[in-house]
Amino acid sequence: MFIRHETLERNAFLFIVFTVLVIAIGGLVEVIPLFTIETTVEHVTGVRPYSPLEARGRDIYVREGCYVCHSQMIRALRDEVERYGHYSIAAESMYDHPFQWGSKRIGPDLARVGGKYSNDWHYAHLTNAQSVVPESLMPHYAFLAHTPLEQNDLTARLKAQRTVGVPYTDDMIANAGADLRAQADPAADTAALLKRYPKAVAVPGNGQYVTEMDALVAYLQVLGTMVDFADPANEKLHQ
Amino acid sequence: MRGIRAGDAAIGLLVATLGLIGLIQAAGATDDEIYVFGLSLLTFAVVFDFGLLKRHFDTVGQWPEDGYNETIVKKFLIAAVFWAVVAFLMGVVLAAQLSWPALNLGISFTNFGRLRPVHTSAAIFAFGGSALFSTSFYVVQRTCRARLFGGETLANFIFWGYQFFIVMAALSYVMGFSQGQEYAEPEWHLDLFLTLIWVLYALVFIGTVVKRQEPHIYVANWFYMGFILTIAVLHIGNNIAMPVSFFTAKSYNIASGVQNAMIQWWYGHNAVGFFLTAGFLGMMYYFIPKAAGRPIYSYRLSIVHFWSLIFMYIWAGPHHLHYTALPDWTQNLGMAFSVMLWMPSWGGMINGLMTLSGAWDKLRTDPGLRFSVTAVGFYGMSTFEGPVMSIRPVNALSHYTDWGIGHVHSGTLGWVAFISFGAIYYLVPALWKRTGLYSVRLASWHYWIATLGIVLYITSMWVAGIMQGLMWRAYDAFGFLQYSFAESVSAVHPFYVIRLTGGVCFLIGALIMVYNLIRTARGTATETTVGFVPVPAGE
Repeated sequence: MFIRHETLERNAFLFIVFTVLVIAIGGLVEVIPLFTIETTVEHVTGVRPYSPLEARGRDIYVREGCYVCHSQMIRALRDEVERYGHYSIAAESMYDHPFQWGSKRIGPDLARVGGKYSNDWHYAHLTNAQSVVPESLMPHYAFLAHTPLEQNDLTARLKAQRTVGVPYTDDMIANAGADLRAQADPAADTAALLKRYPKAVAVPGNGQYVTEMDALVAYLQVLGTMVDFADPANEKLHQ
Repeated sequence: MRGIRAGDAAIGLLVATLGLIGLIQAAGATDDEIYVFGLSLLTFAVVFDFGLLKRHFDTVGQWPEDGYNETIVKKFLIAAVFWAVVAFLMGVVLAAQLSWPALNLGISFTNFGRLRPVHTSAAIFAFGGSALFSTSFYVVQRTCRARLFGGETLANFIFWGYQFFIVMAALSYVMGFSQGQEYAEPEWHLDLFLTLIWVLYALVFIGTVVKRQEPHIYVANWFYMGFILTIAVLHIGNNIAMPVSFFTAKSYNIASGVQNAMIQWWYGHNAVGFFLTAGFLGMMYYFIPKAAGRPIYSYRLSIVHFWSLIFMYIWAGPHHLHYTALPDWTQNLGMAFSVMLWMPSWGGMINGLMTLSGAWDKLRTDPGLRFSVTAVGFYGMSTFEGPVMSIRPVNALSHYTDWGIGHVHSGTLGWVAFISFGAIYYLVPALWKRTGLYSVRLASWHYWIATLGIVLYITSMWVAGIMQGLMWRAYDAFGFLQYSFAESVSAVHPFYVIRLTGGVCFLIGALIMVYNLIRTARGTATETTVGFVPVPAGE
């Protein structure tokens, strides 16, 4: 098939059709198989939807643009694995809408920051990063500690995430408010919360109301902890 | 006397519908963003439709609409210059915050995380976008010898709608609403609004091409059309999201994790490839031959350049995801195409530079042309650096570091901004009917100060980026990692200050340009007639 280029230059309709065809190929070839090839996302145990408090913390992480300075993707390189922990696998962000892998490290990677520092450290660091890391360039987020966490649309938010594929059960959605408060209250009984969301880290809160900082710390504390890489069931990681 | 024209009535009705949607949203809003957006949309609609009606009654029977629509070109040009200053100023603010973090002020509105998208959107979409609208509307009318399709009102709606989108987007970032995807931060309601504007833009541009009086579609228009069509596809593809409700700005993207990452960088890299490259190549293919008074060096090369560029660019996204959880096959495909992309890019550069054959002396007398040609030089440099950085082992060092930031800015400051400055210095005297610029000397100052700024910027970022990459992977004699992350942060401080200096130079240059352009536009008019045969009645 040989078409003289002049034919395209003289016909806007043909030109547009050809352009759209030419630009469609690459995207289709690279994107579609990621949804269909089964090994793209590993089958591992432990990855669960975020608890209501963690999910709200994640919303705040997105809102404040944390991803512009922090990655959440440990590359399969020796120094990164030694610095941050096991390289990130696709399954760990399978419920992340949107993904927050980031593209720049003005601060360190956060993919496995969960459990690395105490709750107290996170509260101090978010309030005034330079008080614990003098070299830090991080802005102060003290205002999060005074801002009550908006909870009115909590179930609507979880339901929206369920619509796009996060497997929140009816049970999880029905108990969202209670689970959220239980995770931010040291006196609360967290048995039901932990049954629904294993490894969720309770945060101390201020004793009066749940703050945005409580949510953000709960989110940071679960990052990278869901998959147990020592579990033999998860041994066969492959791409 | 003509009655109200059907097209204008349709646009008035469309805008009124938007206003109604805004009213409904504001009435039911459950968050600040939708409340502000709804009310603003309503205000926008009322003001726009009022203006439309007033204009109708003021000018009944006297809408000749002959010749080219230069008003819209002027409007977008003024917007481009305005947003350029805003974008550069925001860049300077962010660079200062990275040098001295106390400047974040600890207030939610002024923290780096919220201001960074204001800078990127102002630079890419507000400045770059307005420059593309302006030049594409100028070029398409002249190279097609046809008045802009769709009439004055539609063009006006595109202008004000686009400016409205920019202001609302910036406001939403500052208020804390973001999709959390780079260069695609606006939430769903703004995305939908932009989609409408973009479809109308495509309609006007393609409509003008269709009614052209030239048998051939000129090469600059291929690039503009490629840019408009592809951006539409990318914008829609990357922004399919589930809003929490119709009255909430928050939404969750339909894709997650690895698929979301791939779609995002398919979008993100082609925002570079089509918004910041193909569109501005359209600018290059018109303004360089025009200013140099020479034809394009090789017509055949333009054909190869266009098709190979648009075909290959779309594959390059995965090079943003090397060594990540994205499957290796996708990464390698992305790398291979990124390296191949070097060839069409340099084909385009050669085509631009060689057009100067026999007219190189004009660089001494025409500072606008000097900007354009330097831009093509920077284009060649960045499109060599890009393929190098996309090679996996190089990327292992460069990714996540300031090298990436430097690379982006050699492209945006060196290529995008400079090719736009070249076009702007050409257009202002042409549109305001002046014999030349108010001051060639000031334009020359702008050129040198801005070039110095770019050099400071990219060299400091090279050093900072490579240093970060090396420090992160350095091992001591005992086999332990040698540096903590914090040490790499304090090590780059001097280079962040140098980068700030570079940004300040670039901003000063732009302010000199603003002064020069205002003086040019205000100077005495020199009468030149627009060389255009009016479209016959009934067309």
